[in-house]
Amino acid sequence: MMKGFFGQFGGAYVAETLMGNLEQLEQQYEQLKDDAQFRSEIAQLLNEFVGRPTPLTPLRKMSKDTGGAKIYLKREDLTHTGAHKINNALAQAVLAKRMGKHRIVAETGAGQHGVAVATACSLLGLECVVYMGALDAERQAPNVQRMKLLGADLRLVHIGQRTLKDAISEAIRDWITNVRETHYLLGSAVGPHPFPTMVRDFQSVIGEETKSQILQLENRLPDCVIACVGGGSNAIGMFSPFIEHEEVRLIGVQAAGEGIETTHHASPLIKGSLGIFQGVYTYILQNADGHIQETHSIAPGLDYPGAGPQHSHLKNTGRAEYAYIDDREALEAFEYLCREEGILPALESSHAVAHALKVAKTMTEDQILVVNLSGRGDKDLSQAIEALERMNKEEVSIR
Amino acid sequence: MNRIQVTFDQLKQTGEKALIPYIPVGYPALETTEELIRTICESGADLLELGVPNGDPLADGPTIQAASTQAIANGTTLRYCIQVVQRLRQSGLDLPIIFMGYCNSFLAYGLESFARDAKNAGVDGLIIPDLPSTMAGPWVDIFRQHEIDLIFFLAPTTSEERAASVVEQGTGFVYCISVTGVTGARDELPEELPQFISQAREATSLPLCVGFGISTPKHVAEVSQYADGVIVGSALLQVINHAPKDQMHTKVREYVSSLKEATISAASSTR
Repeated sequence: MMKGFFGQFGGAYVAETLMGNLEQLEQQYEQLKDDAQFRSEIAQLLNEFVGRPTPLTPLRKMSKDTGGAKIYLKREDLTHTGAHKINNALAQAVLAKRMGKHRIVAETGAGQHGVAVATACSLLGLECVVYMGALDAERQAPNVQRMKLLGADLRLVHIGQRTLKDAISEAIRDWITNVRETHYLLGSAVGPHPFPTMVRDFQSVIGEETKSQILQLENRLPDCVIACVGGGSNAIGMFSPFIEHEEVRLIGVQAAGEGIETTHHASPLIKGSLGIFQGVYTYILQNADGHIQETHSIAPGLDYPGAGPQHSHLKNTGRAEYAYIDDREALEAFEYLCREEGILPALESSHAVAHALKVAKTMTEDQILVVNLSGRGDKDLSQAIEALERMNKEEVSIR
Repeated sequence: MNRIQVTFDQLKQTGEKALIPYIPVGYPALETTEELIRTICESGADLLELGVPNGDPLADGPTIQAASTQAIANGTTLRYCIQVVQRLRQSGLDLPIIFMGYCNSFLAYGLESFARDAKNAGVDGLIIPDLPSTMAGPWVDIFRQHEIDLIFFLAPTTSEERAASVVEQGTGFVYCISVTGVTGARDELPEELPQFISQAREATSLPLCVGFGISTPKHVAEVSQYADGVIVGSALLQVINHAPKDQMHTKVREYVSSLKEATISAASSTR
């Protein structure tokens, strides 16, 4: 078995210029991941700076409304910077510094990863360049301002679809050019080896905390765990410690955009086929010629045509299930969680909440469901409110 | 012996260096692509590198990105690229033809069927910038079986161990990347280039061709002093892009033959 594969998925299909850098990264990470000092440095930052552990909040109203399971929400929205992205960003920045790289390049979709990277760089004194699709920058204006304020050199990407995939392509081109002094701080569990493994490990703190919290609260493991999947970093971090417990049902939720049967969605694990994209062999959305299809989701963080390779493996082995939620359902869940539970979810995380509302109805009262709330929705306010108003008008006109 | 090996052997005898122009198939338009390719070949190309356009070409700079996007919009597919080669061969073109494309185009076609169809059409080699030699096991097996050369890269950042794998897996020639970066015309050649090439020379007996950033006859003459060939892509596309429509062939002919001239004069000056 070659290194960096999950079953048949994974690998490192990148330019030769980058291979030395990736091999160095892999070696350094292998050396450091069990190093007590490195681990405690990260643990301390996660505690003092990020505010971990994040709470596991019972959703009493939602449990009652769905007439079934006990529902808990893992509150990654309460981390400093407002999403799970900071877990990985800080850890990789510490790693980069250890490797003597003083320049960080990153991509961002929703802006949450960009903000997390800019924050980590500001804290650790690293130079920070963030690539962001021009379309995403339009729909996530508050995060654009935050990144600039944090001192990041924000570069808007005007090629292709002007979203996350194009930002990654440009970040990779920058990395190829400045490879000797630059660490590419990839924000999701995608891309070439060792990123899918490393990002999963740095995000596993979500699942580890959840596991010990639920054991303390309920004295047993949950029956079902749900998380949204774009590239899939929050989901793989949540799933990872539960994979060995076969009795725990794992569900990843993809973005169905305007509908899973339309061409405007972002669900490679539902509708994709196998191929190589941005350095990794995995499920991707492509046409018969192998060209990447345009994607759509109201949630920029899910608007990506490829799935992390471990998710592809979990799908093929049947260990995890993958479901989908469209824009409308996500918006309804966004509104529901605000109104009924007093929690403002990111549009990405709203996909997980929306699917949880469906699954909870099929569960019994003695069962436990955990939903990962990967981020908070402040960044989405103007876009979500506009979309909700549009949706309500449409409904009125239909009636 | 295949066409690539024959060509390098012949060039060695005459003391010339290889000029390898690059152009994406289907650019600037489907109607003109074959005629343009013929003009390039007739103006002094020793080998031809045909781009299989990709929508997200990670190793390419803005010039080739834009040309690839245009070629795809024109309707170029891998199947079409193979048909173009078939027609070029039927029209008597006999120089080595190499496809440059990204992994997923070939995977989507199916590696076995691609290797078979490409060989039948007259494709001699493949350059795949997102297929590092250490990931290429199954690809090497298939293309060796069909006698298509898989050409790998050496970069300034390639370690000795990695260079060993490039030499072991690769055939045809070795593509030496002049700089860390993506494709694109540049003003100056890096100072370390001669040393990089002489290190590569110690690792392999395959011909060494240099690409990325080579733009002018002066660059070509310089590189020809120590390498076995030069690859020119973005700069050629810029000549095409900037030429008035009715002068495209004239401008391309002038440019390509000035590059070829530089590979000959450099060789004679070192003899």
